Amino acid sequence: ASTLVLAEHDGGSINAASVSAITAAGSLSKDSSISVLLAGSGPSLREAAEHAASCHPSISQVLVADSDKFTYPLAEPWAQLVQLVQQKNGYSHVIAASGSFGKNILPRAAALLDVSPVTDVIAITESRQFLRPIYAGNALCTVRYTGADPCMLTIRSTSFPVTSKPVESASSRSPISQVDLSTFGGDSIGKSRFVKQTSQEAEFPDLANARVVVTGGRGLKSAENFKMIEKLAGKLGAAVGATRAAVDAGFVPNDLQVGQTGKIVAPELYIAFGVSGAIQHLAGIRDSKVIVAVNKDADAPIFKVADYGLVGDLFEIIPELLEKLPENLIRGDVGQISLSGWVSLGFDSS
Amino acid sequence: MKIMVAIKRVVDYAVKIRVKPDRTGVETQNVKMSMNPFCEIAIEEALRIKEAGFASEVVAVSMGPAQCVDTLRTGLAMGADRGIHVEATAPLYPLSVAKLLKALVEVENPGLLLLGKQAIDDDCNQTGQMIAGLLNWPQGTFASKVVIDKEKQAVTVDREVDGGLETLCLDLPAVITTDLRLNQPRYATLPNIMKAKSKPIKKFTPQELNVDVKPDLEVVEVTEPPKRKAGIILSSVDELIDKLKNEAHVI
Repeated sequence: ASTLVLAEHDGGSINAASVSAITAAGSLSKDSSISVLLAGSGPSLREAAEHAASCHPSISQVLVADSDKFTYPLAEPWAQLVQLVQQKNGYSHVIAASGSFGKNILPRAAALLDVSPVTDVIAITESRQFLRPIYAGNALCTVRYTGADPCMLTIRSTSFPVTSKPVESASSRSPISQVDLSTFGGDSIGKSRFVKQTSQEAEFPDLANARVVVTGGRGLKSAENFKMIEKLAGKLGAAVGATRAAVDAGFVPNDLQVGQTGKIVAPELYIAFGVSGAIQHLAGIRDSKVIVAVNKDADAPIFKVADYGLVGDLFEIIPELLEKLPENLIRGDVGQISLSGWVSLGFDSS
Repeated sequence: MKIMVAIKRVVDYAVKIRVKPDRTGVETQNVKMSMNPFCEIAIEEALRIKEAGFASEVVAVSMGPAQCVDTLRTGLAMGADRGIHVEATAPLYPLSVAKLLKALVEVENPGLLLLGKQAIDDDCNQTGQMIAGLLNWPQGTFASKVVIDKEKQAVTVDREVDGGLETLCLDLPAVITTDLRLNQPRYATLPNIMKAKSKPIKKFTPQELNVDVKPDLEVVEVTEPPKRKAGIILSSVDELIDKLKNEAHVI
């Protein structure tokens, strides 16, 4: 078996989710060779390739596509690149993390290769048999790919935590080679142009990668009151989430929505204030390690899934928590830390 | 310019789904079915583009069993001009749907193809990207803002990506998949529901469109996720902090 991993890079290093995809590739079969594909242009690509070559011990080689066409991670050139590399090397599997990068590119590439991809894999049961959530995690589906090579999948990075250490000695780094782009080209390239990227304010960690998530529901009653949630999140180093009800009521913008139609989260600690626990919301928090619910209604469905519940007035409980929670709670967040930061975090046994 | 919108009939988002005891899938008999919420957003966007004078016609397409006609009627009641139903009894995976859509695009020649970013039943999030690839059209997935430039024959799309927004400019024809923030879909009014009954729905079969829908995926089983068991109700904030620190070790 041979696997191609599509890696996303930024600021000279490949991101943590891509390292998870490499981990998933390693679990496909023991003797699988893993190639990591990076595309971009200029010095930051070269830096990212160096990083990729030493980020995981199971990598056989790093393939680099260096061209102005890849300056931005557009789906059109990327999908054709995957097609080109696949036709040349005939991989048995192609994997990407199921972030917005992988979900945008991998299905397009799969269509060019005339195969059905598998989205959001959370476990690999056989080399072509996978477990994935459907109905926003309210059911789990075991699906088998029966078509021709390659078998293409996106993996949920929270399900494939990185356990192996990066390669330290220069001699055991994997080789880096350039993809021959002399035959590269196609109809759709140039029809899509990057205009700009607007980053969210980095005041809070990203919901999908945060270690702690604090969520407010309709019980917060107003946008003004919702600031209490932000204050508590600030103290906990947590991401801020909201229910659909809170979004619909206009307390917060809907990029904070956690649930079936919003973001799926899997933090170590999830704290819900004034959240009743609608099915759509519970679907998005199911994989959290510890769930805490605070609600004045003792019959709220959220208490049926919460590890710890407090029945009471959140307007009293949040201030009390702010006062009593110990200081120095903020620990590292994998998604937020730069190259050197996350490498050392990978070692951290704490 | 004609706009084609693909819509899917799914279990209503408010229904608590049940896994069938024989583990072959999720119960859909006697369950409320509705249009996939992301597809409603796609229809709404198509209607707004038409109302702004950038499109002449909105064609809604749905694929699957006979009841998909109900979903199409909903789209027509919202304001779509006509419907196309590709009747198929076997389950259709996104690759087949993309191939069928490609065949319809070749018949209809739309200038824009709108789809929901994913269906809330299989959560695949693939069809838009795949049809764009098959057509060699540019794609704007997870769109939260769409602005048509008629003169330049282009569309500017804000995309919801991890950690922010990305803005792309795509030449038309293009494929756009809709995210939650794009718009708030309208409700169909009673007169429009009545009017929708007489709007035309054309039928095709995959054979007529010359598309082989033999799947390369097979569902082995569908199971309930592991249940979270209810925990304990605590009596004070002090107790909560103690549990989080000394029992769960998360703070």
